[in-house]
Amino acid sequence: MDTTLFVIQLLNGVQLGILLFLVASGLTLVFGILDFVNLAHGAVYMLGAFICASLTFLTGSFVLAVILALPIVALAGFLLERFIARPLYERDHLEHVLGTFGAILVIDTLAHLIWGPAGIAIPLPPYLDGQIEIWSGIVVPTFRLTIIAAGLAAAAGLYWLVNFTRLGMLIRAGASNRTMVSALGVDIKTLFSLVFALGAVLAGLAGMLIAPITEASLGMGNNIIITAFVVIIVGGIGSMKGAFYAALFIGLIDTLGRAFLDDIFKLFMSSAAAENSAPALSSMLIYILMALILSMRPQGLFPPKLR
Amino acid sequence: MNPKNTVAKSLLLLAVLVVPLMLNLFGFAFYLDLATRLSILAIAAVGLNLILGYGGMVSFGHAAYLGIGAYAVGIPAHHWLYGGMDMIASTNGFLQIALALFASALFAFLTGLVCLKVKGVYFIMITMAFAQMLYYLLVSISEYGGDDGLVIDTRSEFPLISLDDPVQMFLVSVLSLFLIMWGVRRIARSQFGMVLEGIKGNEARMISLGYNTFRYKLAAYVISGVICGFAGALLGNFTTFISPEMIDWARSGELMFMVILGGVATTMGPLLGAITFIVVEEVLSTITVYWHLPFGLMLIGIVLFVRGGLSSLLERGQKTDD
Repeated sequence: MDTTLFVIQLLNGVQLGILLFLVASGLTLVFGILDFVNLAHGAVYMLGAFICASLTFLTGSFVLAVILALPIVALAGFLLERFIARPLYERDHLEHVLGTFGAILVIDTLAHLIWGPAGIAIPLPPYLDGQIEIWSGIVVPTFRLTIIAAGLAAAAGLYWLVNFTRLGMLIRAGASNRTMVSALGVDIKTLFSLVFALGAVLAGLAGMLIAPITEASLGMGNNIIITAFVVIIVGGIGSMKGAFYAALFIGLIDTLGRAFLDDIFKLFMSSAAAENSAPALSSMLIYILMALILSMRPQGLFPPKLR
Repeated sequence: MNPKNTVAKSLLLLAVLVVPLMLNLFGFAFYLDLATRLSILAIAAVGLNLILGYGGMVSFGHAAYLGIGAYAVGIPAHHWLYGGMDMIASTNGFLQIALALFASALFAFLTGLVCLKVKGVYFIMITMAFAQMLYYLLVSISEYGGDDGLVIDTRSEFPLISLDDPVQMFLVSVLSLFLIMWGVRRIARSQFGMVLEGIKGNEARMISLGYNTFRYKLAAYVISGVICGFAGALLGNFTTFISPEMIDWARSGELMFMVILGGVATTMGPLLGAITFIVVEEVLSTITVYWHLPFGLMLIGIVLFVRGGLSSLLERGQKTDD
């Protein structure tokens, strides 16, 4: 197995992990604080990608498009909260799931109507589109590194926001005891809206970052949301730290599994058998891991402290 | 139960059986097919209702069993025609159905061991994840068509019955539906069903009473999976096409919609829900190909504005915990 390929796959794994974290952190934030299950979170990820695509063609600049698209997805998150989530907070999870499932159908169909059935590729500016030598002889695409850097920056920003600002303090307080926070005179409704919009920004950003590689496409959100569920289940629902480590772990396992499982299998079985069984197993790998982790630690790897 | 209600229910069942046959007789074969599909989906909804309605376990992955059942028909038929896998290569309906039931039971048992350890929102997400796992598995197997799916060349073969005949296909589906509705009703009213409802109401209390609640839940989960697997085997025979798309989580969501809309933990609920779903789908999709838009809005509207929320239907006197 050659080093370049391995390093590239490793980077791909980290990149997937970072994107998963951006999606999962919003989910876990909303769940931890609002006790709300938002299936439509993946739809916001998709919206981010499509809006960014349109704005890239409109403005001619991908970077500018991302900057302009972020407030738009925040608004989408805000509307989602105001009209669908807020009336459902007091109901049970089953209704959260059904309501947001309806929202997905609506958003997906609207996206289909607006952007058409085919995917949209986003052109990158030349300074992001090249390749860069990170080590002697190991060349990787610049944009992959950009994704990782942007994702890590967003993660760091989130860490700072949650741990070192007044808003973050309210968010943490809200997560441990909602009723108490509102009893102390905090405008809990506005806080909830903000949290929801923040989650939407993170998911939307993830969609914008991946779109130049995979295209903005219908159904992209529905694919990532379930993987994001696996991430927050493995990490412990409501735990930001858990989401971060689990996202990287899942991202790496999934990518490396798909890339190298057949090579590993070839060590101890015929190459035909390896080529047949490796794709099947690697597609199930993260779910099997989830099952194993759950059967040993039903609360996840890093469960949040008791609320 | 008041006698008026019983009459209404009997009339509904009779209508489900007779109306499609009459319409077919007058040359509207389309409605017979629609009724066949309705019956099959209703069977799956009845299966889901056993755990969602009576047991309070909200599975968002039950389309997986529809897929398992359909592939259990398609895979043996595929090998029968193209060779390989001699053990299962067959068009014998009994063998295929047995395979469908066994595979569903196995999948339900294995995933149930994991997901029944957790509750509430964890349960919803994990059932979803396991269905998605199966989805990706089927996509990755190129021999069975991968993403594109596979045409089933030969339907299941039974002595005396030919599923190639639409009328017989309909009769098999609708009579299976009635039988399974009756069976689940019996289960729900048995001691087993009472324990299940007890667990839904308050699991801790049932544990204190000495019940091994995990076993009861697992048994119900497996039975529910097997019923949906059977529906899947019928679905494969009906559509003569299998693809990972059958397991898509939107399909699981639609099954949930049927159960909840129709009224959980009732005998007729899943059938009513399936009828509503099929009618809505049929009417909306003739108006626009983008029928998911009004359907989604309708779903949101129902969740938001049905008086007391849908949980008023879900909870019969007792507040569920999760």
